[in-house]
Amino acid sequence: MTSFNKIATIIAREYNTRVRKKSFLIMSIVGPILFAGLMVTPAWMAQMEDTEEKLIAVADSSHLFLGEFPESKYIKFEYLPDADIEKYKSNFYNSNYYALVYISHVVASSPNAVHLYSDKSPSLGVQMHISNAIEKRLERDKLKTYGIDENVLQAVKTNISIRSVKLSKSGEEKETNFNLFMAIGYLAGFLIYFTIFFSGSQVMRGVIEEKTNRIIEVIISSVKPFELMMGKILGVGLVALTQFALWIGLTIGIYYTVIPVLMPDVAKMTQPQQVQVDTFMETGSSLQTQAPTEEMNTEISDMLGALSGVNFGAIIISFIIFFFGGYFLYAAMFAAIGSAVDSEADTQQFMLPVTLPMIIAIIAMVNVIQNPESPLAFWLSMIPFTSPVVMMARVPFGIPYSQVILSAVILIITFVLVTWMAAKIYRTGILMYGKKSSWKEIWKWLTYNN
Amino acid sequence: MSILQAIDIDKQFSDHQALTKVSVDVPEAKIFGLLGPNGAGKTTLIRIINQITAPDNGQLLFKGKPLKGEDVYKIGYLPEERGLYKKMKVGEQAIYLAQLKGLSRTDAIKKLKWWFGKFEILAWWDKKVEELSKGMQQKIQFIVTILHEPELLIFDEPFSGFDPINANLLKQEILTLKEKGSTIIFSTHNMSSVEEICDHIALINKSKKILDGPVEAIRQQFKTAQFECTYQGSYTEAAQIIHGKAEIIEHKENHQVHYLKAELNPGIENNEFLTLMMQKVKITSFSEVIPSMDDIFIRVVKNAN
Repeated sequence: MTSFNKIATIIAREYNTRVRKKSFLIMSIVGPILFAGLMVTPAWMAQMEDTEEKLIAVADSSHLFLGEFPESKYIKFEYLPDADIEKYKSNFYNSNYYALVYISHVVASSPNAVHLYSDKSPSLGVQMHISNAIEKRLERDKLKTYGIDENVLQAVKTNISIRSVKLSKSGEEKETNFNLFMAIGYLAGFLIYFTIFFSGSQVMRGVIEEKTNRIIEVIISSVKPFELMMGKILGVGLVALTQFALWIGLTIGIYYTVIPVLMPDVAKMTQPQQVQVDTFMETGSSLQTQAPTEEMNTEISDMLGALSGVNFGAIIISFIIFFFGGYFLYAAMFAAIGSAVDSEADTQQFMLPVTLPMIIAIIAMVNVIQNPESPLAFWLSMIPFTSPVVMMARVPFGIPYSQVILSAVILIITFVLVTWMAAKIYRTGILMYGKKSSWKEIWKWLTYNN
Repeated sequence: MSILQAIDIDKQFSDHQALTKVSVDVPEAKIFGLLGPNGAGKTTLIRIINQITAPDNGQLLFKGKPLKGEDVYKIGYLPEERGLYKKMKVGEQAIYLAQLKGLSRTDAIKKLKWWFGKFEILAWWDKKVEELSKGMQQKIQFIVTILHEPELLIFDEPFSGFDPINANLLKQEILTLKEKGSTIIFSTHNMSSVEEICDHIALINKSKKILDGPVEAIRQQFKTAQFECTYQGSYTEAAQIIHGKAEIIEHKENHQVHYLKAELNPGIENNEFLTLMMQKVKITSFSEVIPSMDDIFIRVVKNAN
């Protein structure tokens, strides 16, 4: 039996025992439901808000706002004949009003002149709707006193959408979309961070399990400790990949099958891509007269332009390198920690120094994404203990390949070194029962000849 | 012919010397006892033989050739610290461990079914290990250790934690394995089990080997001039005639049968003593006192310390 066969046997056990667990099944099902839920909840909430028709009474003592409130499908206004607010307040419970707006006659000069009375908590949307309308009306009046005509104002209003274009040395132009890059950067960084912690601690728990149930010595009389360690790390890594694949598959599945059936309105609101592109195709050839279509066009062409500006090949390749590099690097350290203790409770003193760089990386990621070319971003993406997260946050912004390659090389060299050291600690640690290990002791294990 | 030779093995851990120039020679198809007090270095030596740790100095020969990685398939090891995955099913787990010892899946299943049948534990196949008692788990560990039919078997404190019934079963199986030609290294600090089953021993104390050889030879080597004798007749007359030839250690009388334990003075042979005794009393039995391994163990370790 070759070393490869042994590792394969170990991987199979590590993988099978984990994916057959109930917790894996539950995570696989609950995860996508949560994700799909996260995607539709805002729209669903908004929809819930809107479906109830709200009749709002307006008591206006300034006499400025008759007919000024724009009505939407669900928000209607009724203008009361006088502004006797006390009377309307006391009758409020007998009315069918959702809310009562009182506008004092000093509204033009005092920002606190508007009150909204209701027996419920009026939603932020309703409040915004009302305050926007009042502001708009007052602004218009004020502009008039300065002698500015409304038509002039309309003509002056300008809508700018910046198209950011990146110039490469060869003179090639690529559109960039900061938001899209941010999203990809965050997603990739978090995914790596999450896997390192989640799967890394699974590796650690697996090592502790083998130690506490005393099977370890039976196994390492057949396989080398290094083979066992690598088999475990690879097996757990494959479990994480399987979980991701299931999540992505099921989330898409739920998103496109279950939700349209259960909540057709929500589905329409949250799945606009197809519709928009269709609209774009149609109107693209016809005359673009209508303003909304034009706006939409700008948006969509921005989006499409940006998508074509994203170097997906580079992102995917870097993701694979930094995902595996980071996971292996940390999993080896977690395995070494697991070998040095007798129970999970004892891991604390070793966990913090090892996980600190990851925590720094995830905190710094926010800053790095805002400013991917900063010295902080550069150095954190070179240090191998933070680079898996930080570099992935930078890659979508199209930083020089030389930096990505340098960082990857540093990561791989560190990974080999750390794994070699972790294996030395591991093979001594797994046979130390009932001993409290210290950093000093672990350092000594590195010098043992085994 | 020896199946395993360890030559001048040194092993140093940071705070102590585990083995100092230890050499042992394990003859083929025998049961070899590796004895010594707790912490003497037995387990370290066993781990070195199993290639779990490497010696700092020294050499290991397996069937005359330097021990190499593949030799683990010819060795079966039941460690002192032994256990199983609690959440895994018995059969699945046994197959896994057998595969790691180089058996194919089909081979492993075939052999396991045979052994499970022999031990009447086939019903456990699909149970989780945590559902089994400790004694049951030990049976499974034993089966897994010998399943790949290794030429050399190593048992580290095999009887610790076994109930008497399982301990006896284990002892019988060990003897059967020896009959079939397997060599067995048997590590323990419990001497009484050694006399019954070991052919050879090596005694390790404080990292050094202080004694080794065939069990019978060692006991002969450590025998003193003590003997036990029963006779009928007068104690006074007997004591008179052997005076100056032997020192009486103990004397008892029970229904005219006398028991005498004594030590011959230097230069006096058994026959000379018997000739004197026969003149006065009727001898019914005579035997030399051969020290038990327990006595030897205590004596040697005391001297070494």
